[in-house]
Amino acid sequence: MVTERAREFDTQDLLINVGPQHPSTHGVFRMVLEVDGELVKDVIPYIGYLHRGAEKLCETMDYRQGIGFMDRTEYLAAFNAELSYVMAVEELAGLEVPERAQWIRMILCELNRLSSHFMFLGAFGVDTGVMGTPFIYGWREREMLIDLFEEISGDRMMYAYFRPGGLAWDVTRNFKERVREVIKSSAQGIKDFDGLFTENEIFVARTKGIGYISAEDAIDYGMSGPSIRASGVPLDVRRDEPYLKYSEVDFQVVTGQHGDVFDRYACRLQEMRESIKIIEQCLDKMADTGPIMPEKMPRMLRTPPGEVYMRTEAPRGEYGIYLVSNGGNRPYRLKVRSACLSNLQALKQMSVGLYVADAILVLGSIDIVLSEVDR
Amino acid sequence: MKGIARSLMTTLSTFSRKPVTRDYPNVHKPLPERDRAFPLLLWDQDIDEPFCTGCHACERACPVECMTVLMKDNPNHKTVGGTSTRRKIIDKFWIDYARCMRCNICVEVCNFDAIAMNNTWTGHEMSVHDRKDLVIDLQGLLAQSRAGAIKEWVPVLGQTNE
Repeated sequence: MVTERAREFDTQDLLINVGPQHPSTHGVFRMVLEVDGELVKDVIPYIGYLHRGAEKLCETMDYRQGIGFMDRTEYLAAFNAELSYVMAVEELAGLEVPERAQWIRMILCELNRLSSHFMFLGAFGVDTGVMGTPFIYGWREREMLIDLFEEISGDRMMYAYFRPGGLAWDVTRNFKERVREVIKSSAQGIKDFDGLFTENEIFVARTKGIGYISAEDAIDYGMSGPSIRASGVPLDVRRDEPYLKYSEVDFQVVTGQHGDVFDRYACRLQEMRESIKIIEQCLDKMADTGPIMPEKMPRMLRTPPGEVYMRTEAPRGEYGIYLVSNGGNRPYRLKVRSACLSNLQALKQMSVGLYVADAILVLGSIDIVLSEVDR
Repeated sequence: MKGIARSLMTTLSTFSRKPVTRDYPNVHKPLPERDRAFPLLLWDQDIDEPFCTGCHACERACPVECMTVLMKDNPNHKTVGGTSTRRKIIDKFWIDYARCMRCNICVEVCNFDAIAMNNTWTGHEMSVHDRKDLVIDLQGLLAQSRAGAIKEWVPVLGQTNE
């Protein structure tokens, strides 16, 4: 009977090109879907549209000049990208960062995680088909955070604020009050998204049970960040290999159970609440005044020969910098280990067998930033 | 059904919020003091000449090589009957704003506090039709500071609040 029907309707698989100029691919990512009717049979991703050679460029720059390029590898969480880089340089040069600078770095990185996740929530809302509303909600909350970053560092996205050894200059005098004000509005924003999505039957029906990946597969693909934690793997660099002052604050590693799209969303939402908790603890423990740079800094920083791999927990996962020095004032080799590239490898396994609209949702749930994938 | 009702309530509750948007071209957001637009040169109002001596420090430190600097002997120096103590002074200076990535390094390395990031709206609204028009010469770079239309913020590396 089935064979007869197949003969009656002579079907063939169709290749659909999604991107690179498509709003749902979150940047210039192109994927070719092989579809059988509405079902995805194969996914062929194409990357490299945003490749600028940042790693190679940094080899011609001294350590201070490289900071600006690190911003541009991860434009939604530039503080985290800078942090990995300057910490790798500090590790090589043996610089001791003053305590207050570490607290400030930690607060800014967590605030950056909030702003990045707000961006995710907004864009993910659009992916699920809720046009406009959640995107503008996310934008609104992110704007408050970005205004704060602008007051401190002077720029809205490409901060260039961390330096090997500490910070470029001190934070504003009303820093603590401003941060408290902003995280209060962020907490309200998280509540808004919680009310908008978490129990919404349409949203749950749309996201539960699709894009499944098991813990074993997620580990095999080298995923990290909220994408792997949603599969139930409690992997968090902040807890496993504490950098800055993360060993002195109390926070939970949020994990999911099902490893589906909804869990990846829920993990991020819960993680934002943890971030707010971390920021509050940091504000209590941070001194009001104090040095932010070591007392004796050379005019031109040189590092002894050696190599170092420094990893930090960026909003999308493990952001690592592998730095080799041959004793000069610039890296001999710089390699960026980006979380998005590894997370993206699992895209095919997660989306084969789903409908086309769900494949878009799976891509959205990984929360890719293409500048980080291509560098 | 309960979830959808809750979701709609969330949307409804935003009706009572104050709007956060602005009528942009008509209403400008006040910029913070540290705001970074493109770099410009500062004018020494006391002696009536630029602070810049053309020492090439910023040119060498610029990661994207967007600057070109040429110096000359100062015609206003004390040894030739002038009022200035600057032996050398800037002759020609170009910054290609299209290349600049606003990293603030030129401000950090300047020994004479002669360069600063523009923290006014003029530094942000400078769209032109031709990319060549974004190469600004010395007169253009000095104009705003010479007219006293900027309150610059020149940080020292590692400066604290004390």
